[in-house]
Amino acid sequence: MKKTPLAIIAAALALAFVPQLGLPAFYDSLLYLILHWVVLATSWNILSGYSGYFSFGHGAFFGAGLYTSATLMARYEWPFLWTLPAAALLACVLGLVVGAIVFRVKGIRGEVFALLTLAVTFVLGTLIVNTPVDGGNGVSLAAVAVPAIGPTPSATFYLLALGAAALTLLVAWWIAQSRFGAGLFAIHDDEDAAEVIGVPTYRYKLAALGISCALAGMAGGIHALFLNYVTVGEVFTITVPLTVVLMSVLGGTRHWAGPAVGAVAITLLLYGFTAADHALAGKAMVGVILIAAILFMPDGILPRLQKAWARRRPAPLPPVPLDPVAPTAPTAPTVAAMTTAAADGGVLLQAERLAKSFRGVRALAGVDLQVRQGEILGLLGPNGSGKSTFINVVSGHYVASGGQLRFEGRELTAEPAHRIARGGIARTYQIPRPFAHFTVLDNVALATMFGGGVASPEAARREAMGWLAFTGLQDKALALPEALNLHQRKFLELARALAARPRLVLLDEVLCGLTPAEIDDAVALVRRIRDQGATVVFVEHVMRAVMALTDRVVVFDQGGVLAAGPAAEVMQRPEVMQAYLGTVALAADAAAAMGPAHA
Amino acid sequence: MSGFTLPSATLLAQSVLSGVFVGALYGLLGLGLSLSWGLLRLINLAHFAFAFLAAYLCYQLSTKGVDPLLSLALIVPAFFALGAALHALMARFAITPFNSLLLTFGLTGIVEALIQAIWTADFRKLESSYGEHRFKLGALYLPLPELITLALAVGLSLAVWAVLRYTDLGKALRASAEDPAVAAAFGVRQQRNALLLAGTCSALAAVAGVCLALGYTLAPSQIYAWIGVVFAAVMLGGLGRALAPLVAGIVIGVSEALTMAVTAPSWAPLVSFTLLIGILLLRPGRAA
Repeated sequence: MKKTPLAIIAAALALAFVPQLGLPAFYDSLLYLILHWVVLATSWNILSGYSGYFSFGHGAFFGAGLYTSATLMARYEWPFLWTLPAAALLACVLGLVVGAIVFRVKGIRGEVFALLTLAVTFVLGTLIVNTPVDGGNGVSLAAVAVPAIGPTPSATFYLLALGAAALTLLVAWWIAQSRFGAGLFAIHDDEDAAEVIGVPTYRYKLAALGISCALAGMAGGIHALFLNYVTVGEVFTITVPLTVVLMSVLGGTRHWAGPAVGAVAITLLLYGFTAADHALAGKAMVGVILIAAILFMPDGILPRLQKAWARRRPAPLPPVPLDPVAPTAPTAPTVAAMTTAAADGGVLLQAERLAKSFRGVRALAGVDLQVRQGEILGLLGPNGSGKSTFINVVSGHYVASGGQLRFEGRELTAEPAHRIARGGIARTYQIPRPFAHFTVLDNVALATMFGGGVASPEAARREAMGWLAFTGLQDKALALPEALNLHQRKFLELARALAARPRLVLLDEVLCGLTPAEIDDAVALVRRIRDQGATVVFVEHVMRAVMALTDRVVVFDQGGVLAAGPAAEVMQRPEVMQAYLGTVALAADAAAAMGPAHA
Repeated sequence: MSGFTLPSATLLAQSVLSGVFVGALYGLLGLGLSLSWGLLRLINLAHFAFAFLAAYLCYQLSTKGVDPLLSLALIVPAFFALGAALHALMARFAITPFNSLLLTFGLTGIVEALIQAIWTADFRKLESSYGEHRFKLGALYLPLPELITLALAVGLSLAVWAVLRYTDLGKALRASAEDPAVAAAFGVRQQRNALLLAGTCSALAAVAGVCLALGYTLAPSQIYAWIGVVFAAVMLGGLGRALAPLVAGIVIGVSEALTMAVTAPSWAPLVSFTLLIGILLLRPGRAA
């Protein structure tokens, strides 16, 4: 893997000799334009391709850098090269401000995010054209000297763009193969599930946007002097974002080099048509290519090639560690360490008057509940009684509207979900939510990296392999989740929850929809999980499993706790039977009273 | 940048009026876009290219002596077929909303190149007898092309609203948008309905195009000039609602016109896009 950055640097060094060949100046300019689009498309991809937040505001950040550079050169007579860091910085700050506002609002995803960032472009353009920065006439840079980096000015621009492209590709590569990148890809597939396994989604998106904007701003700074005369009408448009989207989608957005491939292809294509005096045909051809790419290669060129390559040479599986409990990390907390943390009489999780309302519907109405160290606690109750809401609040999926939640003596109530996951609580979803573009192995490795705190992806994979063996999924390690049946998906959910090395596991109806034989497997598995030292809370309707597994049950009804104690005893209580079955006499009365109205 | 001066009452009233007129065109352009996005889950960027293609066809027919409004009889069915065909393609490949945006952007580029190849990149203006008529109401001028646009926008929006609200077809369309599987279980013929709706959306784009030709100078690059503000109107109104784009369009048109009257024309885009950003931040659910 580490060969890639060396290859990028070596290629850049080799290409740096092109101006020495003495080619006509227009080649330098063509190469400059190709590299310019490589920087813009690749930088766009860092946020938008990796995390799936398609920004149409790349023109705004590119333009911010361009105008920063132009203004500093024309008005304050800064030397050109010094304006580039300033351009990158300002674009970055602008991106962070926009991101800090936009990413705070849940629900701004997909098309809404695209339009919002597009609107930012027009607002910024309007502001610039109406203020002395531009003044409506554009900024001329004719008087600014081009530094003599290359033998000619056009060679200088080429070398600058080459440096920028190499830097951008290195950054894009580094992110793609790091833990940061894994988190971004997880956000792309399922942001809520990513947060719940411990990905700090807000910070990651903001950081990706900041990096993306800084690189675009740098490209803008270089382009200002290349254009020599800048106007708002040509910069703050929909064309810049749409072009980079086109390039990235064509090349492949889930690969660090995809946008670069697309940028080279599209720029050459457009240039070819323009040079042959068929600019119009070129424009139409780009449209045709985009349509064909969307219809026939929605993943892009590069992933297509990779898939073909992978079929010829399957990737090797990491070895299965002998002991899946503590495969590598000596720092992993042991049961003994946990018991001291929860010193207050063996209580691991304590809920006091915990409440959650949805616009006046009280799903949890003041729940008092204790989960004890090392037990298997079953949560029972009729549909809508608040069991799943309780799990959602404890895991941080919902924020409680009142009450307190303490885990190992630590206040948990207003913590974001990823902090809760890192603090030792993991959950499964009733309907499995695997990351669709990750292999089964990488789904689990993600949880190891984020919830479990294993930094390196290779170590995480090795450890994840252990959890796949634990849940019996090792043969499916390289399959995509879509290839699994429901039973296997549920076990994948379990493996993912366990991989974070939680002290408390919340299982939301893991048995629902399984066959009796599969239920037996799952019951044995839950026992093994507890034997590892984890405490288990599970919501379940399958009474056979509840009776077999639980040390205690808590019965929910109408958002509150109705009863708690050993399962066999609690289920005999009249109020519990009433909650489940209703009172026969009451029901008869009600039917009699309603009768005439319905007759 | 001109200073902050308060214009006279007549000028202000004339501004509001011109805002209403341009807002009606925003609404008419946005109507098909909103229906397609809200009810078919397809974001048709080519809507604007279709409108301009229709405008150029109307222009071409008028040079042959065909009345612009009469040309609707030819243009509307043609674009209905075009829209239905495009939808058939996108449905065949089960395109996601985001990919529909990209695909129709590609189509926009093709249509733009086609227009430029046939009619060149120069500005074209339809000359008709409509342009010479203008009514006077007190001190205010009411140009006929703009009145036609307003009448068409209001009439068509109301018609679509009535169809969606009162007919079985409208109910079926709304049900399909909310839950396709359940709607199918109730016997809704979704494919036929979707084709019908997609065709109607393109036909609406064509009508808007004829209005464009009546009131504005045409150039291929102008296709992109309308996208931002019409999207703002669509999002402001909420998706898949028939009257909302018109109301939102007029709100935007009037606030733009007032901004222009009070400050300078170059400030106008700030209004619509600030409105859009505000709405998206405060009510992101509107577009979900």
